[in-house]
Amino acid sequence: MKYVIIGNSAAAIGGVEGIRRVDPEGEIILISKEPYATYSRPLISYFLAGQVDARHMAYRPASFYRDTGVTALLGREAARVDTEASRVILADGEAVSYDRLLIATGGVPFVPPIEGADAGGVTTFTTWDDAKALKRLAPSLKKVVILGGGLIGVKAMEGLQAHGIDITVVELMDRILGLVLDKTASGILEKKLVQEGVTLRKGTTIRKIVPGGDGKVREVLLENGESLEADHLIIAIGVRPNLRVAADTPIACGRGILVDDAMRTNVPHVYAAGDVAEATELLSGEKRVIPILPNAYRQGKIAGMAMAGQESAYLGGLVMNSVEVGGIPAISAGLMNPPEEAGYEVKRFLDKKNNVYRKMVLKDDRLIGFILIGAVDRAGIYTGLIRERIDVGPFKRRLLESDFGVIDFPRDLRSYKLSTVYM
Amino acid sequence: MKRVYAKEEVCAGCRLCEIWCVVAHSKTKDIIKAFNEEFPRPLPRVQVEEFGSFSFALQCRHCNEPPCIEACMTGAMHREAPDGPVLHDADKCVGCWMCIMVCPYGAIARDETLKKIASKCDLCYGEEEPACVAHCPNEALVFEDRGE
Repeated sequence: MKYVIIGNSAAAIGGVEGIRRVDPEGEIILISKEPYATYSRPLISYFLAGQVDARHMAYRPASFYRDTGVTALLGREAARVDTEASRVILADGEAVSYDRLLIATGGVPFVPPIEGADAGGVTTFTTWDDAKALKRLAPSLKKVVILGGGLIGVKAMEGLQAHGIDITVVELMDRILGLVLDKTASGILEKKLVQEGVTLRKGTTIRKIVPGGDGKVREVLLENGESLEADHLIIAIGVRPNLRVAADTPIACGRGILVDDAMRTNVPHVYAAGDVAEATELLSGEKRVIPILPNAYRQGKIAGMAMAGQESAYLGGLVMNSVEVGGIPAISAGLMNPPEEAGYEVKRFLDKKNNVYRKMVLKDDRLIGFILIGAVDRAGIYTGLIRERIDVGPFKRRLLESDFGVIDFPRDLRSYKLSTVYM
Repeated sequence: MKRVYAKEEVCAGCRLCEIWCVVAHSKTKDIIKAFNEEFPRPLPRVQVEEFGSFSFALQCRHCNEPPCIEACMTGAMHREAPDGPVLHDADKCVGCWMCIMVCPYGAIARDETLKKIASKCDLCYGEEEPACVAHCPNEALVFEDRGE
């Protein structure tokens, strides 16, 4: 059996590890546009900040490809897939045939059409090369504007803060991290950021980028009429699935490549996983792209095992994020901002003085979402309650307590958890 | 693989498991020195949960499909062998708390004594019996292979 994997991040590595669990022998060829051995993409902000060196960027040990028997074609770009002939055509013209193919091409940053966006000094922030370039530039930068106060924007901001650069974050929503937090939670983090000297402009976006005489960005004009001086602009409003290799093929795509619960696409022997895939979402049961690392790895592993002949069902991805802003940790999962209509039960605890906030969202006595700010310890217990659809009715009055734990579970559930290995 | 299982019906809640876990993960392995002289003092990787007179000790379950390994963004959380304990490489860890976000037992702690890292049970890797089990005065913790 000959396996080909396009990609080299969490989903691709999950794919390799999934295949090797089942098939220790088959040939694996991994194709990656980036020239690096697998590295941790979320670490790029730590690298920019100088908290992590090049060696610690590795997502797997240096011997990984050798140990797993992978032929890694690094710095080689897959241009398209020829599903008829079961082969991948590389940008340099070479063709690589496959028996099983995993598309794990991840996401590409979305750059909206803004007037002047072709100016110099306008970049995105999703790859190690992006971080390296920004790190080289950092000593010469004084004022940086970041468009987007979501996860990528906040990470870029953290990386730059370490360089003592004057930063302004422009966010269209009424709060930073709007998709993963609520107003109260964002407010706690925003207050801290402002204390640290970051400037926030919310409820607006960039209308125009004005270059200086050198062709590089000099100022940005906002929709609210304001003008911000800038010697660099980072566009960080999100990523979309990188569908390039699926273009002009019969591989069915929605927002991402559509996959079933074994990560199969509609084309035989072709699988997809990670940020490029549109797989089942746990709570709604609907197909959705959830570009987060834990889902990517798990999807990759399931795909790899299925490609090697052992199917294990994907139980659905759950939106979840862990992020730290200004030293305040935040973890959230599931549905944190339920619609106004009835049927949802929301419980909150707020300790403003100590920057501690807890929010639980329930429906029909099932936990479906939570936010923890400050005290994030044991957050995974809540994630587990969501995933397993546990009836929390008998102990829901305890959910917000700071010492909530496994001890609060009903006896049968608790005994089961303590006496068996269920995962 | 051999794992630690708790028997809540005989746990006295004395927390000796926590104390001996600290000692076992200290540099000196000496209870007086570990608590009096060492900095940083390791966090206990086993946690006694208590409600009234009722208690049990809980540590990493070393899951067969560990969510913490899947979610770890640096590769710090890993297994050396398919049937070995789930281990954590402090040098690789950056304290992003993804593992804390997904551990359904809440068995991973934040250690912020020096640099921020996750802290969890390693089954006293290399020892015949984990310290928490060896020092439990009432056999409320057992170390056995239940074929899971």
